[in-house]
Amino acid sequence: MGSSSFLWNFTKKFVTFGIITVTVSDRYVTVVPVRGGSMSPTLNPKTSSSAGNFSDDYVLVEKFCVDKYRFSHGDVVVFSSPLNHKERHIKRIVALSGEWFGSRQNYDVLKVPEGHCWVEGDNAAFSMDSKSFGPIPLGLIRGRVTHVVWPPQRIGAIQSPPRERLSSL
Amino acid sequence: MGFRNLGLLGSFAKEGLEKAFSLGKFFCFLHVTDTYLVTFVVTSGPSMLPTIDLIPTMFLGERISTRFGKVTRGDIVIIRSPQNPRKLIAKRLAGMEDDTVTYISNPDEPDKQETIVVPKGHVWIQGDNAYKSNDSRNFGAVPYGLIQHRLFWRVWPIKGFGPFWKH
Repeated sequence: MGSSSFLWNFTKKFVTFGIITVTVSDRYVTVVPVRGGSMSPTLNPKTSSSAGNFSDDYVLVEKFCVDKYRFSHGDVVVFSSPLNHKERHIKRIVALSGEWFGSRQNYDVLKVPEGHCWVEGDNAAFSMDSKSFGPIPLGLIRGRVTHVVWPPQRIGAIQSPPRERLSSL
Repeated sequence: MGFRNLGLLGSFAKEGLEKAFSLGKFFCFLHVTDTYLVTFVVTSGPSMLPTIDLIPTMFLGERISTRFGKVTRGDIVIIRSPQNPRKLIAKRLAGMEDDTVTYISNPDEPDKQETIVVPKGHVWIQGDNAYKSNDSRNFGAVPYGLIQHRLFWRVWPIKGFGPFWKH
């Protein structure tokens, strides 16, 4: 009798804890690991050297921005891939809707459609981004990356856009 | 005496905290049901006539089949508008990825048909009322990730109460 009530209490606490965690991570803030080097040097500056995951950066993602869908240039965002909704990508917003944007590949000038944005990885050479799938709807964005929280020597806020980016705007 | 008062005050504070905590728990529970199971959706507007009436209509939308990619052609879904992320629109899925879709871009000229193949990871959505619907004929295929819920039960107005999956 005593042990079953203990078990029941434990389950209740566990479920409550789970629900609260899920809510907080959905609505307010969460921590996710970064895979791959497409955002190097801002995130994962040296993935190529080690095969293991122990060098992956963990980043803080805030979800408040998704209430209003207001973003600015240089924001690093998490979005679900337009090619596969189960995948999440982390890229930097380079241009917002209504802006003329010159891509550095073929010197085309294109206008970002209404409600869309143009995302690119900081590591232009190894990045699957708007250069391959075009502008993405803002509705796919799931959060904004604000800080690196792990490993300890890299803790700090995300840098604003790297140098050459500004020239392309 | 003072000690006893403190105890009373403490028990009040404790009760208040407990209330706040259970309110918070309730809010979290609502959020989880809303985000992962079912939610209420109110639709209005002419784009889905005659399936969905012009006047505000309340539905239950579920998020399980959308999460696991189980939605199919013909389902009516709520989609975050690709043109304005703050807006949700109700449309019918007319094609899944790799489908070939033939559509009439202008309903006044039914001879002019266009055919496209829906790209990978995208869906083709159309309103039932071709004359007054802003949909994929306008803005092209949309990424699957924009799908929010699938409508499955009509709740209001009360005379329409009942299942809503074979429409």
